[in-house]
Amino acid sequence: MRLVREGEAPGSLDVERVRADFPILQQEVHGKPLVYLDSAATSQKPRGVIDAIARYYLDDNSNVHRGVHLLSERATQAYEAAREKVQRFVSAAHAHEIIFVRGTTEAINLISQTYGRTRVRSGDEIVVTVMEHHSNIVPWQMLCEEKGAVLRVAPMDDDGTLRVDELERLIGPRTKLVALGHVSNALGTIHPVHRIIEMAHRKKVPVLLDGAQAVPHLAIDVQALGCDFYAFSGHKLFGPTGIGVLYGRSELLEEMPPWQGGGDMISSVTFEKTTYNKLPYKFEAGTPDIAGAIGLGAAIDYVSGLGLDAIAAHEHDLLTYATEALRKVPGLRLIGTAKEKASVLSFLLGDVHPHDIGTVLDREGIAIRTGHHCAQPLMRRLGVAATARASLAFYNRREDVDALVAGLHKVREVFA
Amino acid sequence: MKSELRDLYQEVVIDHSKKPRNFRKPEGANRSAEGINPLCGDEITVYLKLSGDVIEDIGFQGAGCAISKASASLMTAALKNKTKAEAEALFQRVHSMVSEGPRSNVNPEELGKLAVLSGVWEFPARVKCASLAWHTLRAALDGSGAPVSTE
Repeated sequence: MRLVREGEAPGSLDVERVRADFPILQQEVHGKPLVYLDSAATSQKPRGVIDAIARYYLDDNSNVHRGVHLLSERATQAYEAAREKVQRFVSAAHAHEIIFVRGTTEAINLISQTYGRTRVRSGDEIVVTVMEHHSNIVPWQMLCEEKGAVLRVAPMDDDGTLRVDELERLIGPRTKLVALGHVSNALGTIHPVHRIIEMAHRKKVPVLLDGAQAVPHLAIDVQALGCDFYAFSGHKLFGPTGIGVLYGRSELLEEMPPWQGGGDMISSVTFEKTTYNKLPYKFEAGTPDIAGAIGLGAAIDYVSGLGLDAIAAHEHDLLTYATEALRKVPGLRLIGTAKEKASVLSFLLGDVHPHDIGTVLDREGIAIRTGHHCAQPLMRRLGVAATARASLAFYNRREDVDALVAGLHKVREVFA
Repeated sequence: MKSELRDLYQEVVIDHSKKPRNFRKPEGANRSAEGINPLCGDEITVYLKLSGDVIEDIGFQGAGCAISKASASLMTAALKNKTKAEAEALFQRVHSMVSEGPRSNVNPEELGKLAVLSGVWEFPARVKCASLAWHTLRAALDGSGAPVSTE
């Protein structure tokens, strides 16, 4: 991990003002102030997001892309404005490269079912890493099973650093896609994706990044990265559940067949022949989650308003503080200590099972995630059944870390 | 400590989780079943040495939280030399106690040491931890051989 110099300012973010924007954080659970340290599972939503969704349903609710009436025009405009916000947020070249989906999982399945099914043949290979979330493993396993293709898995070091050299060796003449997480959900490792994309492209292999855990923490520029596909979920980016984004380079999206058929994805339909709509609508069959897209747009406005640099500085300060504080808890072992990390801390405490840690902390008002984090192959690699995970967002503060440490001492007391 | 937490993590629970009884595959075991809790990845195998209708020996192995280990340990201690019908009856009562608490008709005091699991119902997220071993026991008694899941 990079260390902050002594006395360095923790960024220009006013946490107390930020917290006032999150109504849910102002509550008590089990008689204690809520300390929410589970943002990697889902983030909380600022009032602006909640209001944007309410305003849409109160004032503009209508179907998009079809009505001649005013409400439909307003709904369409708001929906497409959200697409443009996403485009700017990830620095995509075109708005039509932004496909609205339900979430990261659906985005990856879309790629697997369209790009994958048309390109992958028997004996071909897909490369992933040992740190993937199940959602970036299972769709590829399903595809490999259908096509007789092979899933190759890049290993990591014990501290959670990806073995990029090994990954490079796995990319061969039969590789059709490299699919990897940008940031590990279980360990927080930030992978050197720019380097990995360059190395894959030298071998003419496209790259899909699962950005679910990256977008809340890092500024994303898909053109600078050069990635071919980028997927993320709205709900981890302080937006609503049920909406997510697939970015794809135009050339690739144009060549891909549609996935789901239905309304909105067609230009014309006869029983003899249907012609498909242009991008992005070709991949958006059926009435989309209009309110969700608008809510995601509001979340992007909020995050952009704070500034990703300020967010990164604040979170880096928190991560450094939390890492040092947790290391002082007797018997605590941090799992995942790569040099480059997002504000995620996975740990074990003596021989106390993570679920028991989670239950005791919950009664102290502290919400963490315990379990395998939908990354069972990673848990196997680490030789553990589960870990406890505290994940920090920009609305967390040092006091939250102090509460966690106090809670962990309570855990030690119960299981002494 | 908060009283509900103390109700959940009673000394007997902590003791059984740290030093589980019958944590082994008994010699001559002739029935077994695997149980998993897909939510947390907990895994357990329950072994039985059945002689006719009687559980002559019982043991378990696996990994899990304090609640699931203590529940399995207490279960094995309670079922030695019991009949299949007695085991089934105890399953029903324990299951009812941990999932419904005071709303059930079960008086924990009649369950001996298993009464220490009576605080589990206040922690809905942990009911599956307490019942995993018991569902697995049932599968072993059935002899179907299919793994059981809490989901």
